[in-house]
Amino acid sequence: MMRTDAPRLTRTSWLFITPLVLMAALLFGTAVGETQIPLSTVIDVLSAKLGLSDRHIGSVDEAVIWHYRMARAVVAACCGAGLALSGLVLQALLRNSLADPYLLGISAGASTGAVMVTIAGIGAGVISMSVGAFAGALAAFAFVALLAYMSGGGTGVKSAGVLILAGIAGAQLFNALTAFVIAQSANAEQARGIMFWLLGSLSGVRWPEAWLALPIAGLGVGMALWHVRTLDAFTFGAENAAVLGIDLRWTKVLLIGTTALVTAVMVSITGAIGFVGLVVPHACRIVVGVRHRQLVPATALAGAVFLILSDVVSRIIIPGQVVPIGVITALVGAPAFAFIMVRGRRR
Amino acid sequence: MNHTAILDAHGIGWSVQGQPIVSNVDISVRHGETLGLIGPNGSGKSTLLRMLAGLLTPTYGEICFDGKPIQQMSRRQIARLITLVSQQAETEDRITVRDAVELGRTPWLTALSPWGADDEAAVNQALRAVDMEAMSTREWNTLSGGERQRVHIARAHAQSPQLLLLDEPTNHLDIHHQLAILDLVKTLPVTSVIALHDIHHALRCDRVMVLKAGKKVALGPPADILTSDLMRHVFSVDARIVPDPAGGASLISFQRIHSI
Repeated sequence: MMRTDAPRLTRTSWLFITPLVLMAALLFGTAVGETQIPLSTVIDVLSAKLGLSDRHIGSVDEAVIWHYRMARAVVAACCGAGLALSGLVLQALLRNSLADPYLLGISAGASTGAVMVTIAGIGAGVISMSVGAFAGALAAFAFVALLAYMSGGGTGVKSAGVLILAGIAGAQLFNALTAFVIAQSANAEQARGIMFWLLGSLSGVRWPEAWLALPIAGLGVGMALWHVRTLDAFTFGAENAAVLGIDLRWTKVLLIGTTALVTAVMVSITGAIGFVGLVVPHACRIVVGVRHRQLVPATALAGAVFLILSDVVSRIIIPGQVVPIGVITALVGAPAFAFIMVRGRRR
Repeated sequence: MNHTAILDAHGIGWSVQGQPIVSNVDISVRHGETLGLIGPNGSGKSTLLRMLAGLLTPTYGEICFDGKPIQQMSRRQIARLITLVSQQAETEDRITVRDAVELGRTPWLTALSPWGADDEAAVNQALRAVDMEAMSTREWNTLSGGERQRVHIARAHAQSPQLLLLDEPTNHLDIHHQLAILDLVKTLPVTSVIALHDIHHALRCDRVMVLKAGKKVALGPPADILTSDLMRHVFSVDARIVPDPAGGASLISFQRIHSI
């Protein structure tokens, strides 16, 4: 079989395509919603906000478009790019096609950390929810990695099964801890709000959250772009990467640390949105091939667009009701996960 | 070939959980030679190669490349001098032959230095050396075992190392491809150390080192050291070396010793 002629884009074409596609997705995310607002009004508001015109729009439409929908779309984009890249990096480093921050329990750990800070009041106002989520994410990953290592996964974490089983154990443990903290400390009203958030939701997200998500997503994208050759070097396993001159310990600390940070911050804002990190990189591999200089920008862009669209669907699929975005991504993600597993078995 | 050493290991050893795997081995690899490494299963061949490649730090002893201890070099510095083709390096990625060979340039590139004409030339030359130019767009999962091994060797060649280490490169290959791989390695203009499973292949090397239970038993030209006594001692077989009447490579006739 000959090489599938995957589109190979140069660095410059990515620089053109990415902002265009991203802007189109953001515009779509702001234009569509329960309240019907004409596209011309949307464009007027956005151009006024971006300083391109000085027309004054009615305050309600403006609030809906800019403070509600635009902030949401920006957070969705950051979250999508960040989570998708986290999945890609984990899949490359661990040589495991099922690696994903959600499946490896990192998201569950971040939830536990976030809940411990917000509900149980650990840190007493000194530690922010994001810091708590980061600590939880690292703790969960350390637990899963240690369990996989001790049960014979080896330093290179060779066996796909062992790592996924450890991830399931980690996710269950940390989800149980989260539920325990909520049951112990939260009142009924708080509990309902938290449960909704845990499923992954962009409700209530405004600009302050966007300003937190943007630099963290930027860090994730930058770190992955900087390491495209390193990620490629893991194609034939960790030992081969070392033969090719990669410092394994430093690379894992740096890249897995970044992954945990990105996941933790995103989870602290939106709750644990599942399957983005699993599905988006695999879809991108089919389209642009396996080399990371193509795969990293493609995955970041596709993740951003996927989550903006999922958010739109979550807002309009049931009239008068917002479905948690995690439900939408899981509805797409779970079948895709099954497909990858079945295909992996046939090999 | 000259007799100056490219790589020197002084009394190196490696043990895991107090169990010695390699003990007190001295070895001096000479410029341009093909050094074979033989020994029974579990004699420490792979571990020794991993130490020479800088992947395992010896529990004791020192390894020097051109007189400089490799323990003091960065991974990238080592990768520009020494490369290893290991036994099982597989991938599920749908990577093309050319892309796999391009990985060999990794230690010569940084995030800021773009792919250059040198890199392109090294990859083309490596593909030509293993006769895979025509298959450069083939995907990994469509290749046979022998083709995959050739791609790994091309990747190692593209890395432009001064020392090439190979861990049983002929495993699972048919006899034609076994000989093709060995001939290929001998024609590459690089010093190489090859762990070998088949003693016949050792006869094609310039020198052979024999390991038993992690210890060096013998080192020298194959004709001198692969004696009946050594085979009995190391491999527990009775062996007779039979010259090929047609003038080809010698044959070794084996008979298992029953009382082991």
